[in-house]
Amino acid sequence: MTTDKPIIDEICRLLAPHNPKGIALSAATDIPKELNIDSVGVLDFIMEVEDTFDIEIPMNVVAETHTIGDLVKVVEARIRKA
Amino acid sequence: MTDLFDKHRPIAERFERMMELGVNAVGITNDQLISPTRAMIQGRETILAGTNNYMGITFEKAAIEAGKKALVEFGTGTTGSRIANGSYAMHKELERELAAFLNRKHCIVFTTGYQANLGMISGLAGPRDTVYLDADSHSSIYDGCTLSGAKLVRFRHNDAADLDKRLSRSEGEEGGKLVVLEGIYSMLGDRAPLKDFVELKKKHKFQLLVDEAHSFGVLGPHGRGLADEAGLEAEADFVVGTFSKSIGSIGGFGAGDHPMFETLRYAMRPYMFTASSSPATIATSIAAVKTLAREPERRDALRRNSERLFNGFRNLGFEMGCEDVSPVIAVKCKDEPSTIMMWNALLKAGVYVNIALPPGTPNRLCLLRCSVSAAHTDAEIDQVIATFAKVVAGR
Repeated sequence: MTTDKPIIDEICRLLAPHNPKGIALSAATDIPKELNIDSVGVLDFIMEVEDTFDIEIPMNVVAETHTIGDLVKVVEARIRKA
Repeated sequence: MTDLFDKHRPIAERFERMMELGVNAVGITNDQLISPTRAMIQGRETILAGTNNYMGITFEKAAIEAGKKALVEFGTGTTGSRIANGSYAMHKELERELAAFLNRKHCIVFTTGYQANLGMISGLAGPRDTVYLDADSHSSIYDGCTLSGAKLVRFRHNDAADLDKRLSRSEGEEGGKLVVLEGIYSMLGDRAPLKDFVELKKKHKFQLLVDEAHSFGVLGPHGRGLADEAGLEAEADFVVGTFSKSIGSIGGFGAGDHPMFETLRYAMRPYMFTASSSPATIATSIAAVKTLAREPERRDALRRNSERLFNGFRNLGFEMGCEDVSPVIAVKCKDEPSTIMMWNALLKAGVYVNIALPPGTPNRLCLLRCSVSAAHTDAEIDQVIATFAKVVAGR
């Protein structure tokens, strides 16, 4: 499934279940650190991002992706590649 | 200066929280082993229901005698790798015995099961290849993938349709594709739906590795694992296994029929750059493989014991890890503190099981995980059930 919504909005929507404390999300938010998501949780979340945008984000790339802004750039690049 | 230990503070804090409950659930000491299923822990005779000693083979007379003989005749250690120092005749004998047991042309043994996955995955896949791994894979698979330098794609647990989708996304890309599955998954005890995954080989060209760590010696008419049980051994290009479960020693293996398989010996860093298994370890492993081949009734006993424990737990109304009956039997618990408290109460009542907590578990589950042995008596299984009834079900 792809979406016309801005990528950052979609990512924030997908992060909502991982953000029970309702921390304000922005491009600068460090996903694992600020939302306290463990390594497996991050990988599970990335699978949801992959399926939402119908792209592939290899685990090797996830290791270098920390903030929401980093992830937006990865998604943009992967959509262009697809 | 940044203290290198700063990054480990969350782990230290979590451990401290566990200790505040008065429990070191990850650091128990077996002071004396009484049998494959009993030990002295904290001064109490304890039933061991979390040791992965599936065949109950660790005190087999033939294996102990073989180990003693090897120790006397070949010494305490090999003092180097097989590449640098050469092999002992026994290493090659074990590889022949295993290849025959597995009905494979080639077999390579490793010093630990962890290294078997590290070696096989990093030997097979390189930086231009892609490895597709199940989300619930064991850490040794994740680490082998990382060591390989390959592109790593994770698919949803036991979901062949999800793998199909991910294989389709990279259709046409250069490089080989390796799909890695496990026979029995170590936390919940469920099997890979092998037939569904094998079906995908027709559509997407890939090679398949099945890690039979928990299923080798356990599943299939010949005890060779899930691929044997499913009648799909020809489709499993490579198998990996460990000696620390059904074989009751330490080490691991990789096996296959590929004509270039032996080349892996010169391409797998975890094989090349570590000391080979000690003579006593190899000798006990050879004896255990022969026992597995000679005594298929152990598998029947294991199956009966697994069904007894599984049904006992289900009758208590527990939420089970999965609906497959295997020697890995997990009970889902509410949260981390209650799981730790129940684990401690079980130990105090003379039953040792494993505690499994996130992130080491799928879907952030908190589990009390049992592993069944062919050597458990009915009375021991019933004692485990009765203790769970009291401690976990509150009856």
